[in-house]
Amino acid sequence: MSEHHHKETFVTKYIFSQDHKMISKQFLVTGMFMGIIAVLMSMLFRLQLAWPDTSFSIVEAFLGSHQTDGIMDPDIYLALVTIHGTIMVFFVLTAGLSGTFSNLLIPLQIGARDMASGFLNMISYWLFFLSSTVMLISLFVEAGPASAGWTVYPPLSALPQAIPGSGMGMTLWLVSMAIFIASSLIGALNYIVTVLNLRTKGMKMTRLPLTIWAFFVTAIIGVVSFPVLLSASLLLIFDRSFGTSFYLSDIFISGEVLHYQGGSPVLFEHLFWFLGHPEVYIVLLPALGITSEIISTNSRKPIFGYRAMIGSILAIAFLSTIVWGHHMFISGMNPFLGSVFTFTTLLIAIPSAVKAFNYVTTLWKGNLQLNPAMLFSIGLVSTFVTGGLTGLVLGDSALDIAIHDTYFVVAHFHLVMGVSAIFGMYAGIYHWFPKMYGKMMNKTLGYWHFWITIICAYGVFWPMHFIGLAGLPRRYYTNTNFPMFNDLADINVVITLFALVGGIGQIFFIANFFISMYRGEKATQNPWKSNTLEWTTPVEHIHGNWPGKLPEVHRWAYDYSKRVDADDDDSDYLHGKDFVLQTTPLLEGEEPS
Amino acid sequence: MLALFYIFIGVAIGVSVWQITRIMDFRGSIADDNDNAAQGKYAIGFLAFLYAMMIYCLIFMNVIMLPESASIEGEHDDNLFDITFWLIGVVQFIMQFLIFYFTFKYRGSKDRKAKFYADSHKLEFIWTVTPAVVLVVLIGYGLWQWNNVMDLSDSEDPVIIEVYSQQFNWKARYAGADNTLGTGNVNFIKGMNTMGVDMSDKNAADDKQVTELYLPKGRKVHFRFRSQDVLHSAYMPHFRAQMNCVPGMVTQFGFTPKYTTQEMRDLPEVIEKSIGINKIRRAKGEELYIFDYLLLCNKICGASHYNMQMKITVVEEDEFDEWLSKQPTLSEVIK
Repeated sequence: MSEHHHKETFVTKYIFSQDHKMISKQFLVTGMFMGIIAVLMSMLFRLQLAWPDTSFSIVEAFLGSHQTDGIMDPDIYLALVTIHGTIMVFFVLTAGLSGTFSNLLIPLQIGARDMASGFLNMISYWLFFLSSTVMLISLFVEAGPASAGWTVYPPLSALPQAIPGSGMGMTLWLVSMAIFIASSLIGALNYIVTVLNLRTKGMKMTRLPLTIWAFFVTAIIGVVSFPVLLSASLLLIFDRSFGTSFYLSDIFISGEVLHYQGGSPVLFEHLFWFLGHPEVYIVLLPALGITSEIISTNSRKPIFGYRAMIGSILAIAFLSTIVWGHHMFISGMNPFLGSVFTFTTLLIAIPSAVKAFNYVTTLWKGNLQLNPAMLFSIGLVSTFVTGGLTGLVLGDSALDIAIHDTYFVVAHFHLVMGVSAIFGMYAGIYHWFPKMYGKMMNKTLGYWHFWITIICAYGVFWPMHFIGLAGLPRRYYTNTNFPMFNDLADINVVITLFALVGGIGQIFFIANFFISMYRGEKATQNPWKSNTLEWTTPVEHIHGNWPGKLPEVHRWAYDYSKRVDADDDDSDYLHGKDFVLQTTPLLEGEEPS
Repeated sequence: MLALFYIFIGVAIGVSVWQITRIMDFRGSIADDNDNAAQGKYAIGFLAFLYAMMIYCLIFMNVIMLPESASIEGEHDDNLFDITFWLIGVVQFIMQFLIFYFTFKYRGSKDRKAKFYADSHKLEFIWTVTPAVVLVVLIGYGLWQWNNVMDLSDSEDPVIIEVYSQQFNWKARYAGADNTLGTGNVNFIKGMNTMGVDMSDKNAADDKQVTELYLPKGRKVHFRFRSQDVLHSAYMPHFRAQMNCVPGMVTQFGFTPKYTTQEMRDLPEVIEKSIGINKIRRAKGEELYIFDYLLLCNKICGASHYNMQMKITVVEEDEFDEWLSKQPTLSEVIK
């Protein structure tokens, strides 16, 4: 690869890099930075929920003119939950997760020198960076950032008279999201093309690691659904700035009748959730893909039911595009539609259950190497089950009526997509850190990080189900105005304490990440004794990934602990060790798995 | 409380920093057999924690949950909820046990060899079909109940009430003697006509506008919801009722109240919950709580979203008729 020897300057290597490995690190660090901000926000509003009438100097320091004597204003409370949600869903768990690991792993695991278009890949990152910047700038707008909830339903998000955050803050939110969607689409197209066209010799689709399947399908969902959010945003921009009436009709506010006629907020809800629900799987599927890979590697066992796993990914992807209406059972849409969406929604339980059972079966009779990455993957399976099960309650339209938009919902989606996806992301970072930085992360800190995080995650979100069942609506600045909720105050304090400890506990991760980057143990080429192609590249990054020819693939990615005699668990390993690289040719008479 | 809180934060940060500097001196990165053994044990410890917390919440938080449905239609909701909750509860306990017990049981060691077990069509068939069969039941019952609740066409002589929302209060309008609501539009909002009722509509004259809901026990109530500014959601948790109020359109919902407010106050679970609440209120020196039905706003609608409520009182039918007859009609109010 002589053409790759040209001299790299600082700018082309670290800033405007077209190398997928560098771009993946850029996505990761930006995503982590945004994540820290969003977590700090959640800690601030958790303070408010636990001690609503107490003055905090932290609140005074952070919120400036949006607080009085250390007590935050209701407007800014709504802004905090809005931006927390937006940043977490899009900037951390979409760009931070998919952007990082799709970029890192797609070329490395399919045996390609780089993404199909390195230039577009670079553009994708810089658009993401730009949209992050715009989102952060919106925090400093005088009237406050967008505060209509992360779902930004009009008319609240369309009318500055309705809430101050719907002025400049909302404009910047929409601009930021439009740029974000462009970034996400460019990235997704690149991933799809790369997976389809640049697989190395022998890498059939049915030999791809499940990570790649997950990233590939995620990209397809993104391409299908993100443009719809873009149109929704554009129409909202028209309504806000150019006087159209796509979403607005018959409004009387601040003492006057507005001119809007004939639009409907329900239209926005349809468009928004046409992305919004698939978005859940855009967030979750990469995490599940990462988990499949890590659980298999660290169990020293093949992933159970490889083809069923692919099938369930595809089934989930398909179903995810026809269930959006379950967010709208009580929006005023036709009840018949509600029936259809109940049916399709509950069907998702089937592929999800298959995945969960397959993970547990993979653990069964394994030889579990309990590395931090493995623990986070196991934690993901646990929270995915806990959060997923309550989906059976919420997806059933008849039951949803009574608990829609309560804290039960907040607990459900945080566990099933928030915590699970974050666990997947952490697992991925611990597992592929040696590939990214050539150093190992410290395991003891990793263990502390894991146990603090999972205990706090459950401490926050398990009790939260019950305050939802008590009927407490979400997005309430305080519930002290309702005597019927007085007995929830103690639970809110407990939740906040867990949230604070959990939030502060992330210091273990941040410290580990940055210190290991410089002082960590030097990584060996294949530290986890894994089968996949990324571990055949040199530890030091080179442009083009493999120094000589591209590797050739002869088997699937999961030949762990393959035996001489398939029916005898005590027989010797077929290749003398408990893992077989995908590049190893089949032995004479060896059955492909 | 606050001092305690800051001490707590300080200690947490201090311990973290101290631990991190200490831990970074150990340079291990890949789990060995000792780690596997230790982490396996912690997994069992965590399982115990998780079980303890789940059971504690399930038992001791029962008292804070909503009491049984106060509407006849909601009875099946409660029933379906119980079925679903038992089902997912059992699955949850089993799955969490398997996940963390396996983590312990199969923790890695030099002497262990993993089983090469890549596939079993039988097993996969079982856990595809089992959830599918269970779902048929849940979906079937759920859809039946959904149609039951949402279908308002068959009830005879319902009470028709318009619930009207704006930032940040609720109003209501009863259909009056003709039991038909006059039409409304924001363009008619003027002076006393705060709900924008079209007074030229002959059905409007006998409508009655109120700021508190009264409902008759045992008679179907049809709600029509309107909003004049942004989305709101009329949430009546005790009746298992909720519907969004959408500017520019009329949405609807209906139910039949089952208990009067007084009967509800006498339910054992309501008494128990009230005792708990009043213990807290007494300690703070606040007025004691007596149960009332409420209508809450449950769709983010602006700064005072958290304080947008309306009291609902359910009474016997004759008392309801008496109350309604005392309310002035719109034609008397809007001159």
